[in-house]
Amino acid sequence: MVIDKEHIIQLLEEVTDPEIPVISIRDLGILREVKVENDAIEVVITPTYSGCPAMFEIEKNINNTLTKNDITNFKITTVLSPAWTTAWMSAEGKQKLKEYGIAPPNPTNEADIQCPNCNSRNTIMISQFGSTACKSLFKCEDCLEPFDYFKCH
Amino acid sequence: MNHLYNYTLQQADNCLILGQRLGEWCGHGPVLEQDIAMTNISLDLIGQARMLYQYAAEIQGEGKSEDDLAYLRDAWDFKNVLLVEQLNGDFAKTIVRQFLFDSFNCYFYEALKSSNDENLAAIAAKSHKEALYHLKWSGDWVLRLGDGTEESHERIQSALNALWSYSGEIVIPTEADQAGLETGFGVDLNAIKTRRDSKVREVLEEATLTIPESTYSHSGGKEGKHTEYLGYILADLQFLQRAYPGNEW
Repeated sequence: MVIDKEHIIQLLEEVTDPEIPVISIRDLGILREVKVENDAIEVVITPTYSGCPAMFEIEKNINNTLTKNDITNFKITTVLSPAWTTAWMSAEGKQKLKEYGIAPPNPTNEADIQCPNCNSRNTIMISQFGSTACKSLFKCEDCLEPFDYFKCH
Repeated sequence: MNHLYNYTLQQADNCLILGQRLGEWCGHGPVLEQDIAMTNISLDLIGQARMLYQYAAEIQGEGKSEDDLAYLRDAWDFKNVLLVEQLNGDFAKTIVRQFLFDSFNCYFYEALKSSNDENLAAIAAKSHKEALYHLKWSGDWVLRLGDGTEESHERIQSALNALWSYSGEIVIPTEADQAGLETGFGVDLNAIKTRRDSKVREVLEEATLTIPESTYSHSGGKEGKHTEYLGYILADLQFLQRAYPGNEW
């Protein structure tokens, strides 16, 4: 069987972050690379935060996805460098986050965060640390809904 | 003994022990958001410890794992500074301990990014981003408590007085630190001390706190001589692996 790199990437599209199931590991920038050499596949991933407990789950899901598609000759490598950054998050990923109710990272001004529910910019940070390491907790002063903000990293 | 191994363990142990201490706050924080903040920071630190232990195990080359290093060494093998094993006390004391550590940790990782050891450099680059958040959090709280109410000011001042003599050990070079500096895998602790001291002074002054005059510094932790607290921490942390060797989730 000839293994096509694009095909593998396509298959991995269904592997999502267990905490944010709407966004794939590719959209999130966790999937760094897929290498194919002589039918041997290497899937290269990088952790978001060093203590992120989702990494174990993600690795397991990559494993399951490839195995159920009859791909067995692969290994998963975790790299630390270059360190993961939210700059790698795709535009599509940011849109999906917003639709899911999480404000996407805003690298131009982290004090100017738009409410994902009503789009108001009249929001305040409640806590720098949110429900997971990658998020802060915000509140919208207009619609009064609390929401998560995926912080720049 | 291998200096690179000891050097890696020094920082790994700092991260693990402080992470464990912060974890004790889980479910006991003064408000929900700060409970979450402390456990988040704990998680980051334990993540950093894991990367460092994995690397240390690799350097050691005896086929051991990160778990062996965390769960099966005894107190005298631990190289963390005495500061991180101090009791949580009240919230103010936890904040001071955290601030004194974070103010070191940020500059330490920043410098370690230029290590000529590529593994340490990669771990530092990853961890530095996290340490910046930690320092922002603990620094903000020092200001808020110091320049807050009469009671919060008093509590954080007494926490500072109690922990001050534990703040210096982290920048006193050990043999491993010295070797790291000479060989290029480690950082220059004197340069870090200067930057850290000025950051600490700046924040404490803004927080209207009085900087203790004493320059006495406890030490020994980096060489395995600990306060009695470490034994209790390890009793908690290592219980499962000691009682049920090799057990997994």
